[in-house]
Amino acid sequence: MSATVNPPVVFTQDELGWVSWIDPLPEVELTERHFNGLVDRARAKSEYFRLLVRDPEVLEARTKTDKDIFYNVADGLPRAERELAAAATSRYNGCIYCASVHARFASTYSKRRDDVQRMLDEGVGADLGERWNAVVKASVALAATPIAFGPDNIAELRRAGLDDAEIVDVINGASFFNWANRLMLSLGEPSK
Amino acid sequence: MSTKDIIDTLAGIEPGSALDTIRARRLQARENAQKSYLSLFEPIDAGEFSLAERAAVAAFVTGLHGESPVAAFYREKLAANADGAALIEAITAEIERGKTSGPYGAFPAGPLSIENKAGLIYRVSAERKAVLGARLVAAFEHAHLLVFRPRDAASSDMKALLAAGWSNTGIVTFSQLVAFLSFQLRVVSGLRTLAATNA
Repeated sequence: MSATVNPPVVFTQDELGWVSWIDPLPEVELTERHFNGLVDRARAKSEYFRLLVRDPEVLEARTKTDKDIFYNVADGLPRAERELAAAATSRYNGCIYCASVHARFASTYSKRRDDVQRMLDEGVGADLGERWNAVVKASVALAATPIAFGPDNIAELRRAGLDDAEIVDVINGASFFNWANRLMLSLGEPSK
Repeated sequence: MSTKDIIDTLAGIEPGSALDTIRARRLQARENAQKSYLSLFEPIDAGEFSLAERAAVAAFVTGLHGESPVAAFYREKLAANADGAALIEAITAEIERGKTSGPYGAFPAGPLSIENKAGLIYRVSAERKAVLGARLVAAFEHAHLLVFRPRDAASSDMKALLAAGWSNTGIVTFSQLVAFLSFQLRVVSGLRTLAATNA
């Protein structure tokens, strides 16, 4: 299995694969309980989700939390900036796989592919303008352990024009990627 | 107005408050953050990862983030567990030994290597291995990696857990628990900070 893995050594917006280090469930062993856990049946094709579905109840709750934080754009922060929070968190924690997916989404929704790439290349200190800088800085402060997020981050987000509901979207999006990064980084590895 | 969930309780959010109203706009996320908590700490089947082990790992992980209402909550959960209470002293001592600042660790060898950052490679102290047992010793060492240096993770870490008696399914639930707490701690901290600026 390891012979086929070709790990990326830089942050990229290219599509990457992901290979598990422990045993995902074989597709033929999936039951209705597992399909409920996968939420989208098509995820049965993914090695990552067939691994996480070993605990279907946790996966189902995690997936629905994820989808609402990022896809529910009825109000609040634009999708592009939620994806930016996810990408910045992943860049800072060092998750090349997660960063690739969410940098790509950030580029798609913002049409600022070059700025997104600059954050991947230069790191979370890249100057992306007041509003994006505030989102990135808040995400980085939340990702630190001990958590470094404080009133200064809130003040900066407000100065950049975010209201409290939008700030909660930043908090949720950045916090969620501290969950996602740890799974992606520790249960397997990306492959080009 | 919503019934208080675990995040409300830990962040001090009252029904009908401004933050309660904002959280209600992401109802599916709110309900499923709660279901995540329940499926990790009140699971249908704890066969691969016992309730005492879950409480022990949670107390260790939240304690590593520094003292907070979240750390106190999980310490109390451990104290309330018949098999867990005996571990509190050992876990408190290990938290003190494990405290540091993250994230650090190494990137895959290449252009990112200049960003590599060295830091503590935590190992449970020899004197507390017996009281914790082989499974929790392996779990704590891996949990510390997940908290502070997740980018250091390697396939050999999975082998260490398997060798200590963790099953594939147990590893998945254990990893979810540590990763979920990383989320919950940050949401609670973020919401508390926001509430305080409006107080």
